[in-house]
Amino acid sequence: MFRSIEEWIEDAADAGVTLPEAVLRREARNTDVDPDAIRARVARALDVMREAIAEGVSSAERSPTGMTGGRARTLLANGPRLMGEELTSMLARAIATLEVNARMGLIVAAPTAGAAGVVPGVLMTLAESRGWSSEQLVDGMLVGGGVGAVIAVRASIAGAGGGCQAETGSAAAMAAAAVTHLEGGSPEQVSQAIALTLQGMLGLICDPVAGLVEMPCAYRNASAAVHAVAAAEMALAGLDFPIPPDEVIDVMGQVGRTMDVRFRETALGGLAATPTGQRIAEAAGMPELVELQRRGRTQGERSARLGPS
Amino acid sequence: MVGLFDILGPTMVGPSSSHTAGACRLGFVARAIAGGQPERALIELHGSFAMTGEGHGTKRAIIGGLLGFRPDDPRLRESLEQAAETGLEYEFGQADLGDEAHPNSARIHLWRGETHTRIQGCSVGGGRIRVEEIDDFPVEFTGSLPTVIVQADDVPGTIAEISGLCAEQGLNVATMRVDRTSRGGYALMTIEVDGRIPAELESELGEKPWAHRVRVLRQLG
Repeated sequence: MFRSIEEWIEDAADAGVTLPEAVLRREARNTDVDPDAIRARVARALDVMREAIAEGVSSAERSPTGMTGGRARTLLANGPRLMGEELTSMLARAIATLEVNARMGLIVAAPTAGAAGVVPGVLMTLAESRGWSSEQLVDGMLVGGGVGAVIAVRASIAGAGGGCQAETGSAAAMAAAAVTHLEGGSPEQVSQAIALTLQGMLGLICDPVAGLVEMPCAYRNASAAVHAVAAAEMALAGLDFPIPPDEVIDVMGQVGRTMDVRFRETALGGLAATPTGQRIAEAAGMPELVELQRRGRTQGERSARLGPS
Repeated sequence: MVGLFDILGPTMVGPSSSHTAGACRLGFVARAIAGGQPERALIELHGSFAMTGEGHGTKRAIIGGLLGFRPDDPRLRESLEQAAETGLEYEFGQADLGDEAHPNSARIHLWRGETHTRIQGCSVGGGRIRVEEIDDFPVEFTGSLPTVIVQADDVPGTIAEISGLCAEQGLNVATMRVDRTSRGGYALMTIEVDGRIPAELESELGEKPWAHRVRVLRQLG
């Protein structure tokens, strides 16, 4: 895929095609797969996303640990109070996807399982009010895929590599770019949406309680979804950011690489290592993890690459 | 290289691409290396697989892979029950594979008929895996390309014959790796190719006097 947002935009301009078309052509060339077959596979991923949301908002089934399950339904039952129907529904759908994920349901990692709620939460909710067709949603996914691929190459999309900024941050940038494109934003506005999203998520740590993709992940997906829409709104209004997206992505990479290993998915720091986090880990049957948390940083160094993604 | 579906996927049973989807793929590849469904399996988990595997369904995922389920197969949830129904006996243990080993590593012993196969591999993130050892041989392949594994006498000319057969079938060799236990002893060759591996290649390789065991891994998808 492309190595920079700049290269992607230039490539599209040179070929006289849209951003999603440029991604499609590049993927088809790299993989020798027919563009229609690629679009069909993206459409199937969208179907899985829809089904996960439908299951997640209607079921109160708990995950095996009991940490998540039923919150999306509760939010819809008791809300909205402040944010309106649409954004409240978006929060619920992002949470719903992570709740389905936590109980071994079928989801699409976008770009990871831990950040799987952001893109579907944003796209499926706005599609209803904006009237986007299935084909347009495929275009939106292609734009999101292009963004994620650049981040994967220049920085990281894994919590173990760069904290939560790399997971929900990347997912939010993907969603913001997709929405900006689908709303008729120019490639320049798409690029601003990416920068505006990521500048607000720099430094976010990955500290999953008990080392599991549940808490705070479900809520982080919800807040990242709303953050993505805010960035797209600003970009579409013509607001700009002084640092280009490729440079913001590079900063995200630097921050990730220098981030203490306790905050990179190891569950040895942050919320995971709080007294309550330790109690939850113990109750979930992970005494070894709690022991490592208590021993602190020296052991943490050795476990730098521990943890889920 | 990062592909579009590395970002928009995998489509998978949750909750973790490394601890669930990758674990399932390890099991799936191990099954293929063993030549089919084993009757008995011992799976030793290392590092984070051992520590947080329980909550991530890592055991269910590996067993599911051994039963031939892919990462998006909803039957992963009931794989332990399915194992009992299909006569796969399994046991889990823990192993310290050393500081050098990736934290998400597993060593899988499989018994199928008279054959025992030992596979060590790891889940490197995003559902991708790396196979690192087969029996006593170090190997390195990902299963993302179709792969031929040939255990052969370590005699001159085998590599040329294998690459010749691949060329006859119109297969482009992406990577080839040869390891041997000792000079003049056995060698293990792993060949990753672009494109589907025809059944003829497998049978023609199997007829070679120097070939002891030929296994073909289809693409993981």
